[in-house]
Amino acid sequence: MKRLPEAQASSIPVTIDGRPFAARAGDSVAATMLAAGVTACRTTPVSGSARGPFCMMGVCFDCLVMIDGRPNQQGCLVPVREGMRIERQSGARIAIDAPQGQP
Amino acid sequence: MSAPGRAKRESLSEQREGIQTRLASSYDVAIVGAGAAGLAAATECARAGLATVVFDEQPAPGGQIYRAITTTPLTNRDLLGPDFWHGEGLVREFERAGATWVPGATVWAVTRSDNGFEIGLSSDGAARLLEARQVILATGALERPMPIPGWTLPGVMTAGAAQILLKASGLVPEGRIVLAGTGPLLLLVAAQLARVGASIACLLDTTPSGRWRAALPHALDFLASPYFAKGLAILRDARRAARIVKGVERIEALGEGSLQRVRYVADGRTEELPADLLLLHQGVVPNINLANAIGCTHRWDEAQLAFAPVVGDWGTSSVAGVAIAGDGAGIAGARAAEARGRLAGLQAAHVLGRLDAAARDRAAAPARAELARFSRGRAFVDAMYRPADAFRIPTGDTIVCRCEEVTAQQVIDTVKLGCTGPNQMKSFLRCGMGPCQGRLCGLTVTELIARERRLAPGEIGHYRLRFPIKPIPLGELAALPQTEEAKQAVVRIGKAH
Repeated sequence: MKRLPEAQASSIPVTIDGRPFAARAGDSVAATMLAAGVTACRTTPVSGSARGPFCMMGVCFDCLVMIDGRPNQQGCLVPVREGMRIERQSGARIAIDAPQGQP
Repeated sequence: MSAPGRAKRESLSEQREGIQTRLASSYDVAIVGAGAAGLAAATECARAGLATVVFDEQPAPGGQIYRAITTTPLTNRDLLGPDFWHGEGLVREFERAGATWVPGATVWAVTRSDNGFEIGLSSDGAARLLEARQVILATGALERPMPIPGWTLPGVMTAGAAQILLKASGLVPEGRIVLAGTGPLLLLVAAQLARVGASIACLLDTTPSGRWRAALPHALDFLASPYFAKGLAILRDARRAARIVKGVERIEALGEGSLQRVRYVADGRTEELPADLLLLHQGVVPNINLANAIGCTHRWDEAQLAFAPVVGDWGTSSVAGVAIAGDGAGIAGARAAEARGRLAGLQAAHVLGRLDAAARDRAAAPARAELARFSRGRAFVDAMYRPADAFRIPTGDTIVCRCEEVTAQQVIDTVKLGCTGPNQMKSFLRCGMGPCQGRLCGLTVTELIARERRLAPGEIGHYRLRFPIKPIPLGELAALPQTEEAKQAVVRIGKAH
């Protein structure tokens, strides 16, 4: 995806699978991944096939990703924040609730 | 952007900061959805002096039609057109009316309580419960599933998704773009993408030839409607934007791990073209998950090929105290949704004693006129762009349930084993039991079973949905405050052993 010139405003640093990326403040996590050229964001629990954002409006759950260590987040509904760690996820996730570093 | 525009954004972001602390424990009216209907309903309720709260999943108001209306980076107003910017006025009056707005919040339950309803919501990783005397659902529409072979591949998205990326982020797809399906939004998205420099390889039009014959009886109504001139303009722009292949009967998305090619059949000939992005669209359908889980009566709408809640003149559903406004109560478009939102809001104000019947009816007159005006022409659009059976009722290995990866053949085989309906289908195949809770397969499964059993979809019914209507972590539920009664119940069980 390419960015229209008028939309190339303030950027905030995030990482996608550990690689730094300058995200646009105000974008969702799913839009950020697509802007970074990442079209597949997870593999499915059933067959392990690749999936990417599909509806961008919170209904399809295909854009599930790991955000700051929390799995199964709907990437299209979460706005990016400075320093956010975005990771693709594979298959079924264990439903851990406590953020890393907490009991 | 003007200075008042910036001030508005600041006031909205300030609201965002203090949600968890600023929310009261009870409201007169809770509204789910901040699109055209939700904003209009909230405005009427708040103006009537009701304590009103609006929940929405997005970070900014507007729903999908007016998506990112207060935050879009697009500065050229012609790009999205006056129909989009109409939403600005709607947001402005909503802000002035004084309702509480809760963005980034998912409502996952609405249940009856002593004083009305208990609302379960989740926002910023925390769940909470609050009370409301009246509930207005303004959950809008979602794009009708278009289950073709390969529609789960990365690189296949909905046309609406591409429009959202443009509106909200100023992102334009690169590479070879193929659009496929039917309906005004598909043509509009083609025109908008071309305007921002996207290269559209072609538009595969799946509108069956001869649809105009079915639409003809509604033509006069359409000609007199506000949609006629707009429709002509969109059609003209779409024709300029892309090569349109008419009468497409079959489409496959092909590729290993992501989309590489699109194969289609038109006029009996099979063609294949390289593609980087395939955008699917065949109309929109009501998003009924919350209304269904609440227990509102739904009916099959044969003209719109979808289930819609049964509602009265004021949007009242079969469940007392729950009203449904906007496209969530049947597809009629943004301006009709706004009018229906106002009617539901005025009725809530009447039921809660803020407006007598005469004052309500007076205030409702302009909305009734708007509703009549923007309801004209809908029957023509429904008939003209009624999606073909082949694109609604798939066969073979085509995936029906994206979450659990259930194929059309599996559903058909299970019907042959004696499975009679969608709810039983869940126990056989887990169909509709993934995170999307049937949003992307419900209609397909119903129509597949209906065809196999030679019954009408209305006789087959839809999935019976349960709370929570969206998955929430167990930790969030467990962290909810407990009543003393609930604690005692657990303690007693513990002692008995």
